[in-house]
Amino acid sequence: MNGPAPELLRVEDLSVEFGGRLRAVDGVGFTVKAGETLAVVGESGSGKSVTALSLMRLLPEGVGRYASGRVSFDGKDLLDLSPGEMEKLRGQDIAMIFQEPMTSLNPILTIGFQIMEPLRIHLGLTGAQARARAVELLGLVGISDAERRLDQYPHQFSGGMRQRVMIAIGLACDPKLIIADEPTTALDVTIQAQILELMKDLSRRLDIALILITHNLGIVARYADRVAVMYAARIVESGTAEAVFARPRHPYTMGLLRSVPRLDRARQTRLATIEGLPPDLANAPSGCRFAPRCPFAIASCAEPPHLSETDTGGLSACHRWEEIAAGTIREVPAEPAPARLLAADGPKEIMRLEKLSKTFEVGRGIGRKPGIVRAVEQVSLSVGEGETLGLVGESGCGKSTLGRLILGLEEPTSGTIAFEGKDITAAPPAERRRLRRDIQVIFQDPFSSLNPRMTVGSIVEEPLKVYGLRKGARARGERVRELLDQVGLRADMAERYPHQLSGGQRQRVGIARALAMEPRFIVCDEAVSALDVSIQGQIINLLERLQAELGLTFLFIAHDLAVVRHISTRVAVMYLGRVMEIADRDAIYAEPLHPYTKVLLDAAPVPDPEIEKTRAPRIVNGDLPSPLSPPPGCVFHTRCPIATEECRGIIPEPREIRPGHFAACIKVEAQP
Amino acid sequence: MTDTANLQPRRLNRPTFGALGRFAYQQPVGAASFVVIVVMLLAGILAPWVSPYDALAVDYGALLSPPSLDHLAGTDAFGRDVFSRIIHGARTAMIIGLSSAFLGCTGGAILGAASAFFGGRVDAAIQRFVDILLAFPLVVLALVVVAILGRNPVFGIDISLIFAIAIPIVPQVSRVIRAAALTVQAMPYIDAARTAGYSNSRIILRHMAPNLVTPYLIMLTAYIAQAILLEATLSFLGLGVAEPTPAWGLMLSGNAQDFFLTAPWLVIFPGIAISLAVIAFNLFGDALRDYLDPRLKQ
Amino acid sequence: MTGYIARRLLMMIPTLLGVAILTFFMLRVVPGDVVQVKLMADGGMVSPEAIEAERVRLGLDHSLTVQFLDWMRGIFTLDFGNSMWTGRPVAAEIASRFLVTFQAALMATIIAVFIAVPLGTVSALYRGTVLDYVVRVITIGGLALPSFWIGMLVLLCLLRYAHWLPPISYISPTEDPWGNFTQMIWPSMVVGYRFSAVLARLIRSSLLDVLNEDYIRTARAKGVPARTVIWLHALKNALLPAVTVVGLEFAFLIGGLVVTEQVFNLNGVGKLFIQAVEHHDFTMIQGLVMMFAVIYVLANLIVDLIYAAIDPRIRYR
Repeated sequence: MNGPAPELLRVEDLSVEFGGRLRAVDGVGFTVKAGETLAVVGESGSGKSVTALSLMRLLPEGVGRYASGRVSFDGKDLLDLSPGEMEKLRGQDIAMIFQEPMTSLNPILTIGFQIMEPLRIHLGLTGAQARARAVELLGLVGISDAERRLDQYPHQFSGGMRQRVMIAIGLACDPKLIIADEPTTALDVTIQAQILELMKDLSRRLDIALILITHNLGIVARYADRVAVMYAARIVESGTAEAVFARPRHPYTMGLLRSVPRLDRARQTRLATIEGLPPDLANAPSGCRFAPRCPFAIASCAEPPHLSETDTGGLSACHRWEEIAAGTIREVPAEPAPARLLAADGPKEIMRLEKLSKTFEVGRGIGRKPGIVRAVEQVSLSVGEGETLGLVGESGCGKSTLGRLILGLEEPTSGTIAFEGKDITAAPPAERRRLRRDIQVIFQDPFSSLNPRMTVGSIVEEPLKVYGLRKGARARGERVRELLDQVGLRADMAERYPHQLSGGQRQRVGIARALAMEPRFIVCDEAVSALDVSIQGQIINLLERLQAELGLTFLFIAHDLAVVRHISTRVAVMYLGRVMEIADRDAIYAEPLHPYTKVLLDAAPVPDPEIEKTRAPRIVNGDLPSPLSPPPGCVFHTRCPIATEECRGIIPEPREIRPGHFAACIKVEAQP
Repeated sequence: MTDTANLQPRRLNRPTFGALGRFAYQQPVGAASFVVIVVMLLAGILAPWVSPYDALAVDYGALLSPPSLDHLAGTDAFGRDVFSRIIHGARTAMIIGLSSAFLGCTGGAILGAASAFFGGRVDAAIQRFVDILLAFPLVVLALVVVAILGRNPVFGIDISLIFAIAIPIVPQVSRVIRAAALTVQAMPYIDAARTAGYSNSRIILRHMAPNLVTPYLIMLTAYIAQAILLEATLSFLGLGVAEPTPAWGLMLSGNAQDFFLTAPWLVIFPGIAISLAVIAFNLFGDALRDYLDPRLKQ
Repeated sequence: MTGYIARRLLMMIPTLLGVAILTFFMLRVVPGDVVQVKLMADGGMVSPEAIEAERVRLGLDHSLTVQFLDWMRGIFTLDFGNSMWTGRPVAAEIASRFLVTFQAALMATIIAVFIAVPLGTVSALYRGTVLDYVVRVITIGGLALPSFWIGMLVLLCLLRYAHWLPPISYISPTEDPWGNFTQMIWPSMVVGYRFSAVLARLIRSSLLDVLNEDYIRTARAKGVPARTVIWLHALKNALLPAVTVVGLEFAFLIGGLVVTEQVFNLNGVGKLFIQAVEHHDFTMIQGLVMMFAVIYVLANLIVDLIYAAIDPRIRYR
């Protein structure tokens, strides 16, 4: 862009209170120029979504109150407008896109009606005109067959398609600004790339400013011109994306950037973490809110810091930014990763899956043919003792079902699961029960994976009691304390109920429960996916430490490629129930062979604007096919960039292309 | 739209005297109805000692006399004191209401939980049975049970009547508990318990049941109100409690209808008693639900 | 569509058969049958021979299975047998009373919908205000006050102030529409009040849920005026669950008007049912129960068809 763009939005000293005292947004200010993209990043509870909603005056009625602030947009103060004037502005000058595409469209109104509604209200277009414009809009957001699709209802669209419809609604009246609140968080990574590329492209072509609210630093690096970092209801740092990523001037930003696992770097060190938890906003510290967790905190941090301009041209709310800039205070380098207990001549095999398949019947009813979902199809894998096998894939690829099969929560339709050479599925019940102790689980959702009616202590103690691992209440209590200590929880947590703990603490309890069984193999089913970046780092480090100390083997199921790269020794990529590629961690990321793996790695943004500038993301087209009717032949051929006619007919078997590197694709040539 | 409306700060000075105090503080209406319930229970228990007259004593000198200081709620066509009969009626209402609601809800809960836990054919069979029972209107099903069981008074309480009221409750409660149990069963902590290899009975008793207590209690209070209402209805129809046992519904039937133009107190006071009891249990149930399950609160 | 309805009708058969079996056999467990009740009522001592003769006449001497199969065979030709009390065909007895009950149920349903929709909507939109509390009081009253008691109070007032007495027999709406209306409006209002309380509470909570939905926020973000958000986007979704309640409550009213018919002296199927229970008139009880069950399953079907018509997410499958 040439020439300074005019300022479009200026937010000054915006504060929003909940329930009288709790300030969810506290003195936030930023500006957005016409046509630029501002990313607001922060972890959950940082106030970024409340900020977005309050700009639109969309806070739930009677809940939020504007305590102070000005929001100047195009010469008007939005907080002074009457409700009627505000309605005129919404959807016409400022549009908003939300996180949940599945629930953000009215289920009983047609897509066409919902796109045409703002056209009718704001532009006064009549039936035929509005329809013509709606067709045009659907074309713009890449939905083909627009005429027909206008008359369909939201449930006939996939999540990604619904988000495109939301964008079409947003674009309807040629707004000057679009606010997108976590627009792709609920979507798979390939779809995320499609949607964000579309938004970026439209914003450039139509000169629309974009406020992108997100927790994903990779997205920020790829798409934002400028960044504002929020922590505990305040902005702690802002500036151009290049400056904030390359030369952060606030310890929180620095910590955040260092605690994200990196997709683009081989792992050498433990993840740096930000210790502790964000403050409770109802009694936030009066000074710098990050001070209790800050490695550089000094006495003067008890005074509230102000945003001051730094050498990078940005703003930082740290008393010591000059020292950071001068390099006189620096972060402690992260410790090296704990050594793994891997045997020198390759690990001994502990788990082996042979041609494992699982199908589910759905929609059974009188006089109806049930549909068959092939959740897991002919999967063969082997896991070595002490290693971590990462299992990645998009939703519906069968990775969680595979985990449940190993855990014995589902019975396989065919195939075998051998643990230490013994087939679990064929074992007699007593034997199975014994084997089960060796294979434990850590679940994704720390909120629902703990029984709300049991205390932390009794949750951890239960397996000791049931299996008689410790005799007597005293010995058990001792062991519970030991286990809690092992996962980094204080002994007095044993008295508490799960709802009294934070998400990260709950996940630690889940780990302690698994450890109580003294297992040898742990299935981590999206074990860190629901956690914020800073907490996620803590848990990953904990898992790695435990693995080294106890010689555990992990099956680490996740959709986040960077996390998997960081924690795994080998990685398997799944798509529609089948394994596409298996290889050593660094090999698969450095030299992916399967076209799906390539697409997946391309779609995931890396938290570094310099790298992102040089990457031209290859966008895979289309949606995931329904697992009810997977494509014939290679299941990926419908979206594959290199597929030919041949791929429709052949189901490719995984072949060892390089030593230890398997890929299920007929187009991949054997390499030395 | 009031974008800037402020929410009243709640629980600023939260009292510290335990769960009961917290309940009273958060749910004042519920606490008030609880007091009404306690008063009715006491009236029922202490009826012979607190009522001014013998509920069965006939006084031909005071037939159909209007409310006065002697007879607070007047007398009926036999000269019996209406107020005393209302107090004794509380005993009937409470015994039948509580026991049939307990019976119906517990039966329904067991059926619903079993249906959810065993799934498959057991579930299908139980659900078909529940479907059949649900096809009967509440009163009709109760009356059919009355017709089937006849009268079986034990110590003045008609056991058949208790069943007649309990049975229609069973299918309705089982539906709700089944849904709740299915939700609990799908929770990852149940998967974790299965992964740990715990026995079915441990999973049911230790992990599922405690999480079903809340919906069960909520259903129980709600159905006590229903049971009291149903008992009054059946007695009113002459198919519930039999004369001369004092019961609120019974007091509204028979000759009350013949005399109610000249002696409206015969209709007004027992009706108030029924309404008060049902309202109290209803409001208490609502308050209990809001208190125990804040997610349902609106 | 036709295929779907046919399948649904087929699926009704097991439920109805279950109702039939359950009612029939449970009733036969009863000690004492209609014969005793009937003959005793005529006065005191009856010879065992007379009782036996009467039992043979009514077919009660056959085995239960034979009796049941006889009954089932009749049902397929719409012959529900004769009343054991009056001797008249059950179907005819029911038919002569059905219209009264049906009219009262229909009127009550209409009244309930007209009261409940505004009440429920208002209390949800003005949640926590005085208006909401007033509605709450009204609906709690509807749930808690016994309808026979309200009915008696209404009658009391009518007698006192309007000197109106409920007519002894049913006034046909075709012969005397006004007379029919004045006869039916009061019981319908009493029943409709209770019905409306159930419905209003449902609409309130359903509307509150819908108002929290993401798509309502989307509509507001589009700049849709507040009024349109409520009427077009929220209320339509919120009223969907009300369809089930209206349909099923209507079905239940056909059997559930028992008490109101008693109070207002309406000679409907409810009153017939009470008499049948009092007389141990098995054939009549069976016939009535079967009718209630058929109405219930039909109402279920109609509710589902309405959903398929108004909710685009639901299609006949």
